Amino acid sequence: MIHEMCRKFADEELAPHAGEWDKKHEFPSAAIAHLTELGLMGINVSDEYGGSDLDALAYAIVMEEISRGCASTGVIVSAHNSLYLFPIDKFGTEEQKQKWITPYTTAQTSTGLPLIGCFGLSEPGNGSDAGAASTTAKRDGDSYIINGTKAWITNAHESSAAVIFATTDKSLKHKGISAFIVPFDAEGFSLGAKEDKLGIRASSTANLIFEEVRIPKENLLGEEGQGFKIAMTTLDGGRIGVAGQGIGIASASIDCAVKYALERNAFGKPIAELQTIQNKISAMVMARDSARLLNWRAATLKDEGKGFTREAAMAKLAGSEAATMCAHQAIQVLGGMGYVSDMPAERYYRDARITEIYEGTSEIQHLVIAGNVLKEYKAAV
Amino acid sequence: MRILVGVKRVLDYNVRARVNAEKTAVDLSNVKMSLNPFCEIAVEEAVRLKEAKKADEVVAVTIGPKKANETLRSALAMGADRGVHIMTDLRTDYMQLQPLAVAKLLQKVTEKEKADLVLVGKQGIDSDCGQVGPMLAGMLNCAQATYAAKIEPSGDGGLTVERETDSGTETIELTSFPAVVSCDLRLNEPRYANIKSIMMAKKKKVEVLKAEEMGVDLEPMTEVLEVYEPPPRKEGIKVASVDELVDKLRNEAAVIP
Repeated sequence: MIHEMCRKFADEELAPHAGEWDKKHEFPSAAIAHLTELGLMGINVSDEYGGSDLDALAYAIVMEEISRGCASTGVIVSAHNSLYLFPIDKFGTEEQKQKWITPYTTAQTSTGLPLIGCFGLSEPGNGSDAGAASTTAKRDGDSYIINGTKAWITNAHESSAAVIFATTDKSLKHKGISAFIVPFDAEGFSLGAKEDKLGIRASSTANLIFEEVRIPKENLLGEEGQGFKIAMTTLDGGRIGVAGQGIGIASASIDCAVKYALERNAFGKPIAELQTIQNKISAMVMARDSARLLNWRAATLKDEGKGFTREAAMAKLAGSEAATMCAHQAIQVLGGMGYVSDMPAERYYRDARITEIYEGTSEIQHLVIAGNVLKEYKAAV
Repeated sequence: MRILVGVKRVLDYNVRARVNAEKTAVDLSNVKMSLNPFCEIAVEEAVRLKEAKKADEVVAVTIGPKKANETLRSALAMGADRGVHIMTDLRTDYMQLQPLAVAKLLQKVTEKEKADLVLVGKQGIDSDCGQVGPMLAGMLNCAQATYAAKIEPSGDGGLTVERETDSGTETIELTSFPAVVSCDLRLNEPRYANIKSIMMAKKKKVEVLKAEEMGVDLEPMTEVLEVYEPPPRKEGIKVASVDELVDKLRNEAAVIP
């Protein structure tokens, strides 16, 4: 029923407007408010903090369907749920959850939107090399003082707070990184300009700038030095969401390509009857379905409390590559029509591209997978 | 006020209906089934009346096989309080169970539940009969309003209903209950069930009854002789002038005098 509801919502409320939102780089407030009402801005959080108490598999399915309608809406929902809410839910104290989760799952009466949160790990100087964080957090009495810049942050312009990672002891390298919750109304905090992106343009992406930002020590998330682990654990779950987003984009691309192929005539018949087109359709569906099953496996393992790092990395890698391949082929099937904004194929192509980059580049996913496999073999000797 | 809402499990409106090889019925094997759109509108209206504190309880009732339970769950997820599932393996798309029998079964439930208001969709999108509402009202010997486009409490305990007719809108007031109202397209736009409601729907009570044990004659009154698809649309022709167009409309298509 949740799957049905999300599918219907995506078809009726997202897909018809996604093109417009993309063109105007417009944050889909009304849709996000509606999604909040439906309980999707707190999917996995407990009922106690205003959430819907659903599992990772439900999250994967929701992400697929929402992203099929609008990939920007997908990333907005995903970053908020798995990158902001999750780490606080998993590593936060009771007080932190009440302060930083409840208002972020519950609609405010004035806007219909909950407060929105984001996740700051990447910096101008390091993305894949997360352990080299140069944002600092210096303990000063009852506070920490944060200095530095975070880059490429999704939801930056709509957020009220962020979970960020800063080093409290550079000599300890990645073991010196700690996680903090920083409210955007803190003095010294500012936002960078919105990036002008190739795709997912309805979501905002910008730098978070910290200049002597003072936060109470109560805003430390988890323990000092635990930051890197918190980031990696968070990304594992987040990858299920991005995989879902990729699968959704792939599905939308397949839908677009197949419908077009059944109507477009060439050489006396619908191009869907040509072997070349059929090969493409088959390849697209293979890629999409494989990624979907990998993702459901990762989500199921997570729900069973088992390790799922390798499986999540595989799902994200497969999902993102399915998205780019299917979107690419959708344009190819549409020909000239795929290159213009009259059809959504060009938007899927632009939206798909980021999925191989954020939340761990494809190259990083390969390293995670291989590292995990090698560890397993070495342990068996 | 207790509202009884009829919900029917029908072929999903997006699915293209295909006739079986024997030409005896629509092929429903492995086909997507959903809540009839007009019934969905009826459920939405019932839930809104409850939210506006004009009703205390909304009971959804469906007639169908085991899978019709899903249809009931959709209604519960939208806000109905509990369900009644009249089990039967008879086809409910007019091929076996027909409107007269359906109305008789609903009469039994209406009386058992002591419903004050019965809301039904104006018609099922599979059979397109539109008969159950009026037949049920006849059997209950009560007031009815069909093709409702607006329902509002009338202030003195009654209901004001705006009916959609081909010649315009007719407004009537229902002053005695029970009453039967059939719901048309423009009555409301059904909500998406939110996650909380979907999860709660699983816990809501559903009473299961057997159609064959309700003391109602379920025999069809009408025999379906043949079911066939409409002929494929013929290609149009191009005409060279307005005169030729008028000539063709008058003499070939015979649509103008």
